[in-house]
Amino acid sequence: MTQPYRLSAGGRIDRARTLTFSFDGKRYTGHPGDTLASALLANGVHLVGRSFKYHRPRGILTAGGEEPNALVGVGRDDAHFTPNLRATQVELYDGLTSESQNRAPSLERDYGAINDVFWRFFPAGFYYKTFMWPRKAWTKFFEPRIREMAGLGRSPQTPDAARYAQRFAHCDVLVVGAGPAGLAAALAAAKTGARVILCDEQSEAGGSLLAEPDAQIDGLPAAEWLKTALAQLAAYPQVKLLTRTTAFGYFPHNMIGLAQALTDHEGERSDAQPRGRLWQVRAKRVVIAAGAIERPLVFPDNDRPGIMLAEAARIYLERYGVLPGRRALIFTAHDGAYRTALALHRAGCAIAGIVDLRPNAGGPWVAAAQKAGLAIYPASTIATTDGRLRITGATIKPIAGGSGQRVSCDTLLMSGGFTPSVHLFSQSRGKLVFDATLDAFLPGAPAEACSVAGSAAGVPSLAEVLASGAEAGAAAAGGSAVSYQVTNAPVAQGGFIGAVPYHGDPGSVRAFLDYQNDVTAKDIALAMREGMKSVEHVKRFTTNGMATDQGKLSNMNALGIMSPVLGKPVPAIGTTTFRMPYTPVPFGYFAGYARGELFEPERRTAIHSWAEAQGAVFEDVSLWKRARYFPRGSEDMHKAVARECRAVRNGVGIFDASTLGKIEVVGPDAAEFLNRMYINAWTKLQPGKLRYGILLREDGFVIDDGVIGRITDTRFHVTTTTGGAARVLTMMEDYLQTEFPELNVWLTSTTEQYAVIAVQGPMARKVVAPLITGADISAEALPHMSMVECKIAGVPARLFRVSFTGELGFEINVPADYGRAVWEALMASGKPYDITPYGTETMHVLRAEKGYIIVGQETDGTVTPDDVGYAGMIGKAKPDFVGKRALARKAFAEQTNRKQLVGLLTDDPTLVLDEGAHIVADPAQPKPMTMLGHITSSYWSETLGRSVALALLRDGRARTGEQLYVPLATGNARVSVVAPVFYDPEGTRLNG
Amino acid sequence: MLLIPCPYCGNRPEIEFAYGGEAHVVRAADPRKEDDAAWTEFLYFRKNPRGDHAERWRHAFGCGRFFNVKRNTYTDHIEASYRIGETLP
Ligand SMILES: [Zn+2]
Repeated sequence: MTQPYRLSAGGRIDRARTLTFSFDGKRYTGHPGDTLASALLANGVHLVGRSFKYHRPRGILTAGGEEPNALVGVGRDDAHFTPNLRATQVELYDGLTSESQNRAPSLERDYGAINDVFWRFFPAGFYYKTFMWPRKAWTKFFEPRIREMAGLGRSPQTPDAARYAQRFAHCDVLVVGAGPAGLAAALAAAKTGARVILCDEQSEAGGSLLAEPDAQIDGLPAAEWLKTALAQLAAYPQVKLLTRTTAFGYFPHNMIGLAQALTDHEGERSDAQPRGRLWQVRAKRVVIAAGAIERPLVFPDNDRPGIMLAEAARIYLERYGVLPGRRALIFTAHDGAYRTALALHRAGCAIAGIVDLRPNAGGPWVAAAQKAGLAIYPASTIATTDGRLRITGATIKPIAGGSGQRVSCDTLLMSGGFTPSVHLFSQSRGKLVFDATLDAFLPGAPAEACSVAGSAAGVPSLAEVLASGAEAGAAAAGGSAVSYQVTNAPVAQGGFIGAVPYHGDPGSVRAFLDYQNDVTAKDIALAMREGMKSVEHVKRFTTNGMATDQGKLSNMNALGIMSPVLGKPVPAIGTTTFRMPYTPVPFGYFAGYARGELFEPERRTAIHSWAEAQGAVFEDVSLWKRARYFPRGSEDMHKAVARECRAVRNGVGIFDASTLGKIEVVGPDAAEFLNRMYINAWTKLQPGKLRYGILLREDGFVIDDGVIGRITDTRFHVTTTTGGAARVLTMMEDYLQTEFPELNVWLTSTTEQYAVIAVQGPMARKVVAPLITGADISAEALPHMSMVECKIAGVPARLFRVSFTGELGFEINVPADYGRAVWEALMASGKPYDITPYGTETMHVLRAEKGYIIVGQETDGTVTPDDVGYAGMIGKAKPDFVGKRALARKAFAEQTNRKQLVGLLTDDPTLVLDEGAHIVADPAQPKPMTMLGHITSSYWSETLGRSVALALLRDGRARTGEQLYVPLATGNARVSVVAPVFYDPEGTRLNG
Repeated sequence: MLLIPCPYCGNRPEIEFAYGGEAHVVRAADPRKEDDAAWTEFLYFRKNPRGDHAERWRHAFGCGRFFNVKRNTYTDHIEASYRIGETLP
């Protein structure tokens, strides 16, 4: 027999169609309109999970997003698999494949349940206490075991096959929650013409009206009124209703994050359509109509499968036509559970009794139950429950004491009253105010432009809920509220917080208040014995309300337990902070389009395609792709770099330097501006000349460098490091706009306007000269560190005579669109000289042989110009430049023993030191050793036939000639300290 | 995400801006006249209030301008935004 607990009529499901699904490999059936939870219950399946810590069997507790137990993994394969979904929110579709979590090998026989036998050894704070020592045991033993035993679902191992969309939206009024309050708010706001977004996490709008068979609104049955309300909203063109859309976070300045599920309910979806959409909505006003969450009662063994919240059971009955069992015991402190009992009774479910904590509950619901002849146990409690994988009975006791009475049941439905869902309001930093009548925190003064309506604001009856929604919506949009006539909806009252009196040995019972984190009443008491007085400390010590619960079910009961022990009223204890997300949101929603190629832009130079065609190996330098080396045949990097180095030193090489940052500095005060920014003097630099510039931060440390050319009196071509281009421009703009606004200067980034081709080597001029028109580039006419504007291969160029290799060299700046054509012209012109393209690796080796620094490699943000031997470049006559005053401070001026740039030569010429390795005087000294500095650059120098290294070394220049040691994994390398120039120290080759 | 009023462009979302630290940290016109203590204060010491804070922002992905904002660091409410050179309202 299929779906034995499904009623033959009633609810919002489509019995004409049958859907097949599987749970832990077993096949079941359900209907469109079902959730996975309602379909499982229809099949009599309550056992759906094992608890986090003790691996106790757990059943479906709720009918909504607050579900702590029924966490499942859903998906047809690993690429479409989502763990930790709440079965109460998973819409059923044909072929749905789902599995339970946190059990091995099966839900019924779970080895982890041994934790439950030894539960006394796993109290709150267990993790903190047990795993402090020894540290190695943590990573080797405890952590892997805990990861296996605890934890929730499994992570998929393949990339998510789904796509996700993102959207920004603006509206006048965002209404969160499409229950009666939210609908009334949206209707009132829409009437004024306001742009309204109404969102609801469920598949249908309506909230509590979806399970409301009795009430009448404006003379219509609630379900009919809902239809007309939705039709009215749909008729407004400026109103957007988003279902399956959770408002998960409230961010500053009224920005709300919405997660809209698009295709999850459609089954085995095509990946062409996005699975979900992240909305970032900026709303002028927000109306939070998020409803209220029913509280569990905290009594011994209140976690057996079959135990459920009373209102949830009523929802399964009214909305899905499902009975939670055949014989229900009710345990309550709230009238709502009487309503559940009556509805179940009508539907043919036996009621084993209504156990009410309250001594003299009255009112219409109680009277109706009495009239129906249901057994009521006032002023009573439940002392314990029995049953292993499903509840089989419970023991009822008067609170006053006396003998217990066991009654059998297959489901126990409980209600501790309702907690207003103030999560979003609290996220918005609105103040919460405790209401002692309701035993609830209610929204107080808002911090953002928002208001709270309906049961989220603690409003009890349907009539008042509609009124408060209409009022909030009207106020948000500047309109007037309409009133609603509600009949046949008596108010339900009551509630309880804390642990119920149960007359047991408090040390030997487990009464759960946070099901998801396996926190018991005893744990809260222990936390307080351990000295945790603040609710935030108790939360962390016990994990109560952590993770996805965020206090939804557990918060008020924890406070109810703490209050008498601390002797403080609940408001004096305060409440924990509710954090976003309200319910979990898959990471894909946040990643959105930013995956794969779209994750980060990739920057390519004009010559990239040529290098790619040559088989260049690329490396990432900031966002740029740079050719690292150009292997020929079967060359590895070492061989290719050695060949490229020989070519530059002996013939000619060609290098793509287009990624260098470039800033055009223009204006009458351009030279003065550079005087104030860079350490060097610029006033006397003649047009047509180049100078190597060093830029400091205001604290005196080197932040960037680059060659700067003076094009005219009022125009400079500034180059920066590849990675520093944006940073330098921002820094220049900062000073220009905020410190030196009197200077008449314009800054323009020209990094991408120019392709830059370096031609380097003794044969460089022979390659370049034949292509040049409009300039003489002979050694006499264009000496080292000068520039000329001319044409190369017919293309206008800024031709720099400059070298980062130590050889005769040119850097040719041409409009980027012509970069590849000029490059190819140079390759053709260089053919007779065997011109050799080289990459960044060779560039690094060649510059290191010359001791040219790379900012970010020889410098680390704590290096001054003097540290790298560049003090001589400082413009001494200048009154000021960025960093000058900092360097003049006594702390700097009198400091000795600073790390300075030196060269290091290993005793073993074949040994290439590790970059980053430390330098010590005596490798035999006891640890920790005194470290004198570290290696910043280290290469095999093909030119010198040996290794070379640059290092920052304490008092380095004074140590020239000393022998020091570099401890390596392979042993201690002895090194000699030398000047940081290994090749052509006189610079004669530069001037060739 | 903050909604930041650029004095030149109007309200724009925070992702268009770069934070620029505390405002009104004046760099002396002639740093040579500042003693070491004053310069150290200028370099390294910043307020970190819980409450109103005058701070710089740059409309980096917009007009590119630096400007000042008075923001409450606790509520994130922005009470004023004004141009460089103008005084805190
Ligand atoms: Zn702007």
